Amino acid sequence: MIEARKLTKRYGDKLAVDGLTFTVSPGMVTGFLGPNGAGKSTTMRMILGLDAPTSGSVLVNGKPYRAHTAPLREVGALLEARSIHPGRSAYNHLLALARTSGIHRSRVDEVIEAVGLAGVARRRAGKFSLGMGQRLGIATAMLGDPHTVILDEPLNGLDTDGIRWVRALLQSLAAEGRTVFVSSHLMSEMALTAQHLIVIGKGRLIADTGVAEFVRAGSRSVVRVRTTHPDALAPRLSGPGIEVSFDRDNTLTVSGLTTDQIGMAAGAAGITLLELTAEQASLEEVFIDLTRDAVEHRANTVGATP
Amino acid sequence: MNNVTLPAYPGEQHINQVRVIRSEWIKLRSLPSTIWCLLATVALVVGVGLAYTTLRVARPPADPTTFDAVSVSLSGVQLAQFAIGVLGVLFITGEYATASIRVSLAAVPGRLPMLWGKAVAFGLTTLVISVPAVLASFLAGQSILSAQDLDIGLGEPGVVRAVLGSALFLTAVGLLGLSLGALLRNTAGGISALFGLLFAPQLVLGLLPESVSDAAYRYLPTPAGAAVSSVHQDPLALGPWTGFALFCLYPVIVLGLAAWQLRRRDA
Ligand SMILES: Nc1ncnc2c1ncn2[C@@H]1O[C@H](COP(=O)(O)OP(=O)(O)OP(=O)(O)O)[C@@H](O)[C@H]1O
Ligand SMILES: [Mg+2]
Repeated sequence: MIEARKLTKRYGDKLAVDGLTFTVSPGMVTGFLGPNGAGKSTTMRMILGLDAPTSGSVLVNGKPYRAHTAPLREVGALLEARSIHPGRSAYNHLLALARTSGIHRSRVDEVIEAVGLAGVARRRAGKFSLGMGQRLGIATAMLGDPHTVILDEPLNGLDTDGIRWVRALLQSLAAEGRTVFVSSHLMSEMALTAQHLIVIGKGRLIADTGVAEFVRAGSRSVVRVRTTHPDALAPRLSGPGIEVSFDRDNTLTVSGLTTDQIGMAAGAAGITLLELTAEQASLEEVFIDLTRDAVEHRANTVGATP
Repeated sequence: MNNVTLPAYPGEQHINQVRVIRSEWIKLRSLPSTIWCLLATVALVVGVGLAYTTLRVARPPADPTTFDAVSVSLSGVQLAQFAIGVLGVLFITGEYATASIRVSLAAVPGRLPMLWGKAVAFGLTTLVISVPAVLASFLAGQSILSAQDLDIGLGEPGVVRAVLGSALFLTAVGLLGLSLGALLRNTAGGISALFGLLFAPQLVLGLLPESVSDAAYRYLPTPAGAAVSSVHQDPLALGPWTGFALFCLYPVIVLGLAAWQLRRRDA
């Protein structure tokens, strides 16, 4: 369980995290979403006591992380991939960490085996690919068999197999009753991995809901209408809360009306409809909509959003 | 890779200082660059010591009573101090440079045990390699000097102190490097500060009037620290142990500052 209360971090005059209050509960995967620069990594560093909050507080299992006497038992974290000295082997990196808490050597072998690094664990980590670095980070996080797992963008740089494996691992960790907190800037990634979502933008909380509710609440139903006479149909669809826009190929995009209402309006006016489709906004679209005002580094070119 | 459940680890895992020291020892010994720096330190102590001794034997002093057979055989320490000091800096700035400091501090959230652990592991390692290095250099040097009857025995007054003192001096320089690295968190900064502390004060003092510089000279880091490794008392220097104690104040103060800062600054 992670409880953040009015968590705030200022770097100089830059407000990186702005009054975040949220709770991450055990037993499920909680996705931590936000565009680049939203403050996800900063929040995670504050949870681990690496950066001190400017104000507010964050507790892990009821205490500040620093107050735990068996920290690796409490939280396993992956913050940045390849946070390892390039001259050191993965095995020695993990062994040094294990030693701080008296964790046995055999556990080091166990986590190395589990993440599939057994073949390269004794070699210098400097030559590791990004994906291998991520695997090592996950091994680091699993070392102490922790109650809480915090992973910053663990899917970055992984191949399809790796992504599937991490997802399955996260699910099983959550099913064992652990708290699992995973950041990403891609909604599509989290939709398949998380049950709960905490969405932030510009350091502020935007949403704190289940994945299903998130889609339902944010989705706007849009109807696409292709007709022989768009100019004649459009005026008949106007009204409060209704938006109509003209697209190419005699197509109108209408929001605020159902397909039934549009079909009847067209029928009443004797206008021929060629196509009438209700479109559900995708998760990605909902996310982009929600964070539109909170995008830190927006590309200049239109349509650059993924 | 297909197995997604990880076996449980039921073992106790409380953190304590001894465990953190062991962890730092593993970090120290698991980097090839550390091993090279330690070997370089030993090689410089012995190699430079022997080379300089051989040189001095070829040109014996006019007045053998002023000849310091101990200092001559241990002259390699003057160069070796840089290798060990740089290693001290790197031992901690290497973690900042690779961001692995965050992994380390997440495992040791109290932070200070990590710094003490580094100091103990590194200090002991340095001492353990320095003692045989200075002993070997001293003994080999004396056997070279005996050709001109310039040698001195370990039993003579102050000789054991000077030989072991040199090993302690190397250890203190290493810890000074470590402390500066911890304070500045940056390799280039740490190394510059180390060289600056060991060299610059003498240079600055050279610009001052002689009356001032003669009085102040003894308190500078290098002259103060060097007193312990010579049997002939320099009239301008402090006594051997007083000087060494003063020298040790530098790493102690810098380490204290680093600790204070480690607690309050973001990692
Ligand atoms: N140590 C620091 N000093 C100054 N500014 C910082 C520091 N760390 C982060 N920031 C700033 O705080 C903001 C939030 O950064 P953060 O890394 O937490 O975002 P993020 O959500 O993790 O982004 P990304 O998806 O790119 O990883 C950014 O504008 C960043 O430039
Ligand atoms: Mg980030």
